[in-house]
Parts: sequence; C-alpha cells; structure tokens
Amino acid sequence: MPPILLVPIPPLRPDALASLARQLERRFRVPTITDGSKPVDPTPAFDASRYQYYSSLLLSALLRLYAAYDGKILAVTEADLYIPVLTFVFGEAQLDGKAAVVSIRRLDERFYGLPERASLLEERLLKEAVHELGHTYGLLHCRQFECVMHSSTVVEEIDLKSSSFCPECARLLEKRKKKNRRTEID
Amino acid sequence: MPSNNQHRSSLLVVDDEFVVRDSLSKWFRQDGYRVETAEDAAAALRLLDKGPWDIVLLDIKMPGMGGLELQKRIKEIDPSATIIMITAFASVESAVQALKEGAFDYVTKPVDPDHLSHLVQNALRQKTLSTENLRLREQMSHLLTPDEIVGDSPEMRKVIELASSVAQTDTTVMIRGESGTGKELIARIIHANSPRKFFPIIAVNCGAVPEGLLESELFGHEKGAFTGAQYRRKGKFELADGGTIFLDEVGTISPRMQIQLLRVIESRHFTRVGGSESIKSDFRVICATNRDLEQAVKEGSFREDLYYRLNVFTVSLPPLRERRSDIPALIQHFIRKYAQAMNKAVSGIDPSALDLLVRYPWPGNVRELENVIERAMVLATPPVIKPCDLPFQVVQAQPAANGDSLEAVERAHIIAILNRNNWNITRSAGILGIDRVTLYNKIAKYGLKRP
Repeated sequence: MPPILLVPIPPLRPDALASLARQLERRFRVPTITDGSKPVDPTPAFDASRYQYYSSLLLSALLRLYAAYDGKILAVTEADLYIPVLTFVFGEAQLDGKAAVVSIRRLDERFYGLPERASLLEERLLKEAVHELGHTYGLLHCRQFECVMHSSTVVEEIDLKSSSFCPECARLLEKRKKKNRRTEID
Repeated sequence: MPSNNQHRSSLLVVDDEFVVRDSLSKWFRQDGYRVETAEDAAAALRLLDKGPWDIVLLDIKMPGMGGLELQKRIKEIDPSATIIMITAFASVESAVQALKEGAFDYVTKPVDPDHLSHLVQNALRQKTLSTENLRLREQMSHLLTPDEIVGDSPEMRKVIELASSVAQTDTTVMIRGESGTGKELIARIIHANSPRKFFPIIAVNCGAVPEGLLESELFGHEKGAFTGAQYRRKGKFELADGGTIFLDEVGTISPRMQIQLLRVIESRHFTRVGGSESIKSDFRVICATNRDLEQAVKEGSFREDLYYRLNVFTVSLPPLRERRSDIPALIQHFIRKYAQAMNKAVSGIDPSALDLLVRYPWPGNVRELENVIERAMVLATPPVIKPCDLPFQVVQAQPAANGDSLEAVERAHIIAILNRNNWNITRSAGILGIDRVTLYNKIAKYGLKRP
C-alpha cells in the first residue's frame, strides 16, 4: 500500500507536520512521507472579499500536482478554508477519493483570542487529519460522539471526540483498505 | 454506529449556482444523507418523482421560477415536504414570506456549519414526529370507530350514505326515528367520520335530566351559583369544544330552555349559571328526537325558530318492521356479541324461531331485538336458539300481528311453495306465476331465509 503523502500548503509553520506524521502512521498502519518539494500555490483559491481560501480549489490543485500519485494525499495549511455556502470548514476531503486538506487556523486557541496551547493544537490537528483521511477511505460521519469520524462543526466538538475510530468505523476502514489493496493487485 | 445506518434520510438541494450545489451535496453526503441536486425549478420538479424527499434546500433567488414559487409547487405535490430556504443577505424579507407560506426555516449564505447541521437535524426530528403522529392518529381513529351498523337493506344503505356525506361537513344534523332504532349510534358514526373525531362527542339526554338541572348540565355553573354548587363545573357545551354535542330527545325540552339553546347554537357563546364571563365553544350539533316536532311546532310547544335551526339536515331511521330483511343479520350480530360476552357456544338460531322473530312487529325496534336475543342467549341450550327461548310476547304476537291479512297469507304461501321446491327460485316463481326478481323482492320483504 502506498504511503500517505503529507503536503504542506503555505502559509504553514515549519514544524507543524513532524509529530502528525508519526501519529497518522500509528492510526492507519500505513507509512507516511512528507513532500514539500512541489510548492502548492494557494493564491487562486483566495477570496479577497471573505479573506478565506476555497478548499475545493485547493483540492483540485493538489490533484493536478500529484496526478500520478496513487496513494492518499493530505495537505495541511494555516489558511482559513471555506466552501461557498458555509462560513468556514475545518477541512475538506474527497469522499472515497484521494485527497484531503485540513486547516489549523481555527484549531489554534489564538484564533479565539486565547493563549496559545501547542499540545492542544497538535491534538486537534491529528483528529481533523484522521477524520478527513477517514473520508478518503469512504467513511461517513459517525453518531458515536467519541469516534473520530463524528462530525464536528465547532472546535469544542473536536475536543470532545477522541483521535481513534470506534469499533464499527475501524472495521469499515479495514474493509476499505483491503478493497483498495485488491484493486491495486488487479 | 456510522450515520449511514439511520434510514438514509434524503435531501434535495435546489440552487442555480454550481458551487453551492456541489459543496452542499458533498457536505451532506459525508453525513450519510442521500443527496440529489437540481439547478432550477424544472429540474427540481422532475426530481420530485424520485422522492419523497425528507428535506428540500431551496435557493430563494433563481432565474426563471424563484424559490417562493417553487415552494408552492412542491407543497402542492408533497404537502409533507420540509423546506429550508437559502437566501442571500438582501432577501430576508422574502425569506420571511417563505416562512409564512410554510417553510421550516431559512438560512443566510454563507451559513455557519454548526447552524446548518443543527437545523437539518431539527427538521428531520420534526418530520419524524409528524409522521409518527399521523400514524398514531390513524391507529387511534381505527380504535375509535364505534359499533358497526348491521344491515344491508336499501333503507339502511340510504341512511349510511346520508350519514357519511354529512359527516365531513359542520352542518347541524337532526336524526329522526322511533325509540330503539339506533339514533345515538348514527350520531357517533357521523362524529367518528368527521374532522372533529379527535375531540369528544358529548351526549346529553335532554329527556332524562330534570328541567331545573338541564341548564347547569348544558352550560355549567360557577361555585355558589345555587345551593349545592360547591365547585365550578363545566357544562356539556364547554366540554364539547372542538367536538360534537349530541342532544338526544331534544323534543322534550321546556320552552325556556329552548330559547337558551337557540341562543347558544346561533352565537356559540354562553355564560355559566351564576357567572358573567362569556364562554366561547366550537361545537357541532347533532340532535335526535322521536317526537313529531312539526306537530309540536303547530301546537306551540316547540319554538319554530329553534326547529328550523336544528332541522337543517335530517337523517330518518326506518323502524325495524320496515326493514325486516335486516333482521337475520342483526340476530347473528347479537348472537355473536352475547356468545362472546357470556362465553356460551350458541352460534345460530333455529329456523322456526327465526321465523317468529322476523314476523314480530318490533315496537321497540333494534333495542328490543337486542334484549330479546340477550334473554334468549341466557336460556338457550347450545348450539342454537329455539322458539321456547323467546319471550312470551314474541311467540304470542304472531297471529294477532298478522292474522288473516293478505300479507300473512301471501307470506305463508310463498314459504310453502319455496319449501316444496327445495328453494329452487325459478321453479317456485313459475308456480307462483311471478318472475324471479319479484320473488326475490318478496323474500327480502318478508325476511325469508332458506332453512
């Protein structure tokens, strides 16, 4: 199974991906590689009136750039993301697809006018990264509030859930991974 | 448990902007919903066939038919559709209009994701509750259906037809008929088939309540209104709010009460005895009488204005002797009823006993027939009721009731011919010199039954 490709999209602090990579390997039991060599330009996704980035356009840019890559791709950015009808999103993923993007902007306590908490930010980023990658494996939102696939529309809900899958979602994830592997062999 | 197990609720997104359709459908698909999108009203109406949709998200501003107009069309096709309007900031006024026309709620673009997710969940919850409520009401109305009407004679069919056509309206109904013909049963059937069925039907037997008490019975009284009025008490008109009031024996009420009754029926307002507060009640009036009201009006004992107010739609119940062909079915009905109540294995009636019952004139109508069967069920030795189980007056009444009248002779002759020919209708009709249809009519008329 190809590794999960982690891609930083500027603006992003340099150390943001370090511990995330290790944690994702544990959760998905798939190796990860970080590739900052091809810079993704976020400017076309920028909306000046909203001062936000359209996440779906970032995903398309990512897919164009890594069209040849056949593993999962997760981009991380500090840019504030949106989709047109919503005021913001924490991240976006292709359901049962290849790419996902997560923003750390609204995961940072400083966004809410509170003092910075690096460990909390790391934990939230991990949860959102696992959640969006879960979607790329075809998982839907889960009603178990502790499951990482539970839908979170406010940051408190992210804090409430854990960074792991509930047994049912874990089972589904393994099924999907097996299916993917079979398609690779075919 | 992933959310895709929750019956896959369905969502239809109607918006002319591709990005809105695209982002909303992706967002809701991750929540496990079945989502379809339409770019305009025409496409949305086409997709309604693929429904029913639990929730329709509707953009208020679209080229061609706008969201408000589309909402009306959708509600015409599927009145239970839950519609959420999506608006831009500028169109809050039209969003309010949409709410007035039955939209569940509206959201302004761009919407907070938390708000949208709660809104959709609430809409779904309400939808589930309404569906459940509807289902329970249906079950309840099934339970509320009163005793069935037994009888298939043309006279009874006419009555049932009249009752069911008037049930749907709020018209005042007067039920005429001799004592024991089932006037209250018809009143209950009219109520049970009316839109008021989930509210009570309050029956007042005007003949049974003493004149002095009828006023407080109908209108209620305040505490201390008269000696013994220790508490405030609601009257029957107040209790019937939303439902039906059934005034039985309405012909017996006094002239003074007639005036009061007329006022309350006209204004739907009244005051309790000893009170000054005007009370409003929304009721439908069904009344019943076995008196000749026209005669009473002529004699001056019944007010003419009240008569016209009550006599809007009349259902006349035929006496049992005029629908003898229903007697066998009624007998079977009561035998079943009392066999169950008494736990007695009586399942039928001996032909000679049946013959006696069919020929009896039944001055007390169905009520008398029911009492006779109840009595016979007590005495009968299973499996059938025999003539000896019937009361004396039924057995004795026969010669006096029919005597040597032409009818009695005709009836006896027809029975004899039928029995001789083993109930072969064609042969019997031939011998009697009448056609088959006439013979069938006579069999029905005399309530004859093949032994």
